Amino acid sequence: MVERASPTGTEPPFTLDLAAMATNFVRFTGTDTYLSNESLEAAVNCALVLQRPLLVRGEPGTGKTLLAEAVAEALQMPLIRWNVKSTTRAQDGLYVYDTVQRLYDSRFQDKDVSDIENYIELGPMGKAFDADERSVLLIDEIDKADIEFPNDLLNELDRMRFVIDETQREVSAKERPFVLITSNAEKELPDAFLRRCVFHFIDFPTPELMEQIVHVHHPELEASLLKQAMETFYEIRSMKRLRKRPSTSELIDWIAVLKASGVSDIDLDNNLPFLGALLKKEQDLVAFADQLSGGRRWRS
Amino acid sequence: MFLPFLYELRAREVPVGATEAVALAQALEAGLHEQSLDGFYFVARSILIHSERHLDDFDQAFLKVFRGVEVEGKKLEDELFEWLKDARENLPELTDEERALLEELDPEELERMFQERLEEQKKKHEGGNKWIGTEGTSPFGHSGRAARQGIRVGGKGKGRSAIKTADARLYAGYRQDLTLDVRQMQLALRKLRSFTRIGADEELDLEETIEATAKNAGELEVVVRPPRRPNTRVILMMDVGGSMDPFAHLCSRLFSATKKSTHFKELRTYYFHNCVYGRVYETERFTDPIRVQDLLHECGPHYKLIMVGDALMAPYELLSPGGSIHWESDGERAEGIVWLMRLQKHFRRSVWLNPEPQKYWLGNTIENIASVFDMYPLTLDGLGEAMTHLMKSK
Repeated sequence: MVERASPTGTEPPFTLDLAAMATNFVRFTGTDTYLSNESLEAAVNCALVLQRPLLVRGEPGTGKTLLAEAVAEALQMPLIRWNVKSTTRAQDGLYVYDTVQRLYDSRFQDKDVSDIENYIELGPMGKAFDADERSVLLIDEIDKADIEFPNDLLNELDRMRFVIDETQREVSAKERPFVLITSNAEKELPDAFLRRCVFHFIDFPTPELMEQIVHVHHPELEASLLKQAMETFYEIRSMKRLRKRPSTSELIDWIAVLKASGVSDIDLDNNLPFLGALLKKEQDLVAFADQLSGGRRWRS
Repeated sequence: MFLPFLYELRAREVPVGATEAVALAQALEAGLHEQSLDGFYFVARSILIHSERHLDDFDQAFLKVFRGVEVEGKKLEDELFEWLKDARENLPELTDEERALLEELDPEELERMFQERLEEQKKKHEGGNKWIGTEGTSPFGHSGRAARQGIRVGGKGKGRSAIKTADARLYAGYRQDLTLDVRQMQLALRKLRSFTRIGADEELDLEETIEATAKNAGELEVVVRPPRRPNTRVILMMDVGGSMDPFAHLCSRLFSATKKSTHFKELRTYYFHNCVYGRVYETERFTDPIRVQDLLHECGPHYKLIMVGDALMAPYELLSPGGSIHWESDGERAEGIVWLMRLQKHFRRSVWLNPEPQKYWLGNTIENIASVFDMYPLTLDGLGEAMTHLMKSK
């Protein structure tokens, strides 16, 4: 990569003060509502110390986005979200220059159109850089955007500064934000981008961990119902023909519905209540019914 | 210490380089791994690995390089405690010094002392960037090797150990070279989308706005450009029946992945048997034929042609006129390979995906067809390469 000269020309490149970092940084160890594990903590702490973005991948519903909230809560930093869509451009994250508004305003005399600064709106990334305190910047579902999108952000993520072309104002991070990037693995991310990130892949939780997770969300759940729900859940997950297998968030929602409606007994073979909370596709519901009846025939 | 590990990873085609090495050294210097092999496993994994499909390679490389390190340490540790337990019973075999030591302290005390010493040693190590203690002075002067490798003695044992985690090979399912499922295929096919949606945005056409405003005597007239839309048109032709039967499942997955891809402006699918002759069919049962000539008239060269087939047949089926096993009542009797060449020539970009393993591609009709079409194996890698090839401009 060709290093672009820093805007002021004299600034030394960004260096890490490791000795200070190692002693001063606050370790992330999960929160009351977000259960982490050793590997996740190692990844978050690596990203914190090395001041690199943390890229989190995993199945939908395994808590990628929630992780950002948990980190922000645990480290007591404000959370700035940037939800990426297919039309999002890298520039949107830095700032937007509202030319149309300025054009409109130019027809009337009530606003000062000569000051471009009035029409510059900082994007999520710009805000995170511009903030006085260290913040958590969540770039959610980066793979939704155009394939070149991550590359366009490389320089800004590396140096944590950019210049607003229209005003020549430099926005540079006073405190380097903790950048958390989530991806559903829909699209391959460029190598150059990947190599700058600390990577973590969120596994699907083991039944033991899942039990803890459910407990955190529904502490007063009866043990028998929990056991049944878990068994049913893992059985449904193991069905081969499902298009979208239910994951953590579906299980938690499902249990919430079960609780709210006072169901105390679940029988997989016998008209499973609120199946819609677990299976969200029509084909999956059909496949589920198929498999179940097929299984019963086989058993009898 | 970790450099051989990096080379082991590179040997497994995991892209690690100087950037990762420096980052890992920094992390270790900062003590992120808490001086334990388990900690090292997680820290190294999050820094060196950038994609879940390399996790399995990482586990295997980790096992190869580090298996034994921990086991050895553990063994020595056990040996020592064993010795401590037996010590009293074996008093006569001991040296004078040992006997003197034992007479002063009971085993529990010794154990505690040993732990403390190790703890101290651990602290000394924290200043440096050695991740595992290899040299240690024995606190007891008996075997000398006792305190070596002892770092883990003072550490906390949490959950699975790294070696066990790696050994479980939990991520084998994410390897790239295994069979494709529909979703993976879709991801590969998305490559066709991403290139056609560059700057998909509803944006202000500034030039036109200025022009229109000027024409409008200074009264503002905003002109907005329409967003760009996907522009890829794809023709998928699949060989069915006969020698393709073993791959029917794979092909049907490719088919549904393509059908589900919403990012094509147009998708046409046709079937053929063995080789394309005068016509292709809209159904798998070879009904609703369409003449290839008509197809070429309908579809301009900007369509992307994806052929799927094993390209295996008797040589005459490909190379002699009228080799088709279906009776062609009209049209010219050209060789199969000529039809293929016509298709290839007509479309600017075309690929042939072959489910046969690549090692069987020589010395049969596959070789002939590969000289006409750019042929790729029907694996995730091959599909990805094929899509990249299709997107190259020509």
